[in-house]
Amino acid sequence: MSTAANHSNLALTARNLCVFFGQHQVLKNVSLDIAARSVTAIIGPSGCGKSTFLRALNRMHELVPEARMTGEIRLFGDDIYARHIEPVIVRRRVGMVFQKSNPFPTMSIAENVTVGLRLNGIRDRNILVERTEQSLRMSALWDEVKDRLNAPAISLSGGQQQRLCIARALAVQPEVLLMDEPASALDPLATSKIEDLVQELKKDYTIVIVTHNMQQAARVSDQTAFFYLGELVEFGPTSKIFTSPAQKRTEDYVTGRFG
Amino acid sequence: MEHLNTELAELKQKLLTMASHAEAAVNEAVRALVDRNYELAIKVNNNDNVIDQLELEVDDMAIHLLSKAPLAGDLRFVMVAMKISTNLERVGDEATKIAKRARDLSEEPPVKISVDLPRMATLALGMLKASLDTFVNRDAAAARAVIPRDKEVDALNKAINNDLADYMVAHPDTVKRCLHLITASKSLERIADHAKNVAEEVVYLCEAQDIRHAGKIGPTTT
Repeated sequence: MSTAANHSNLALTARNLCVFFGQHQVLKNVSLDIAARSVTAIIGPSGCGKSTFLRALNRMHELVPEARMTGEIRLFGDDIYARHIEPVIVRRRVGMVFQKSNPFPTMSIAENVTVGLRLNGIRDRNILVERTEQSLRMSALWDEVKDRLNAPAISLSGGQQQRLCIARALAVQPEVLLMDEPASALDPLATSKIEDLVQELKKDYTIVIVTHNMQQAARVSDQTAFFYLGELVEFGPTSKIFTSPAQKRTEDYVTGRFG
Repeated sequence: MEHLNTELAELKQKLLTMASHAEAAVNEAVRALVDRNYELAIKVNNNDNVIDQLELEVDDMAIHLLSKAPLAGDLRFVMVAMKISTNLERVGDEATKIAKRARDLSEEPPVKISVDLPRMATLALGMLKASLDTFVNRDAAAARAVIPRDKEVDALNKAINNDLADYMVAHPDTVKRCLHLITASKSLERIADHAKNVAEEVVYLCEAQDIRHAGKIGPTTT
């Protein structure tokens, strides 16, 4: 399978990745290099393994009973499945934003942002205040909430709640941000804000985004990987995948002629 | 998906309608020139707005399709359709230019020199027809084969220009008429260029390879 990035600049490398849920093999020998400070889109039909791949990148699939994997994933050279590595450490380095925004409903906006820091034992108020502003600015939410940081998080709109979840993920200063259909439940304006944000964040972070929206993948990503039936069918520059894919299965999928 | 397929097929059909008008216009313009047929020349001139109207309709359909954000082969098809339409509109314009020269020449005594414009027209129209066939059949190899045929038309145009230049020197009273013939020859040469452009677009449609300006500037990559 082709690799798309310079090896000296790789944030994530997956090698021969296989994931099983019980007897069912969900990912089949996936090898993929993800360049640092870039946006990689993962596309493919439902059930193709793209969310499983995303979850394998921060060991989230381990939360599912009967899940097991073989192969290797390295984060800036570190084997994230090495025996001595705690999943919680991996998840701090590799943050995740989900399809449905999930702020803690009983917490304020500011408390939501800092929850990860507080769980990691940071109590210094100055640090918490500073990180709250920094994260909310990075998630392009600061100007909209700076006067009501103590308001309940659920008072925000859907799009704002999603950006709050991004701020929450950023507050623990991860190196990689995984996004699982982060805008699929949002209106076009809120979607546009998330997409702009992704472009801003890639200056500092490596972003991997799962999306069903081909145009969104075309707009925001540098590289695109097409998964089908648990296999990585094609991986390459986004402009190539969406104008002249090499594989017929990719062409059929992106033009909506699949199956 | 079926709906998009239908609309892409309609766009193709509209383009082929435009192509048949453009081919007919060139045929009639050359016939008006050879037969010194004033009425036919006027008819070609008046019919150009039909091709212009079809160009607008192709663009309308294309922009409508682009708003649906087609990708990969569909995206290339819509883009290529717009470019072919522009080339066909210009073929129509060249036919009009020939027709205008035919109109003016029909009102003057004939020039006594054998100028092989009919052969040039046959070559240029042959290229145009062949390039449009490659579009219909999505045949990149056949499209590539059309491209070098342009050189033959270029050479013929040059030869005609030289012959007419010599004739004008020897017969200064024919300068105005000879210039009409040079213009007509140039128009046929341009029609062959447009046919070559269409063939290059078909290669892009089929192979996603941009072969325009090959050897003159670096290749583009997607």
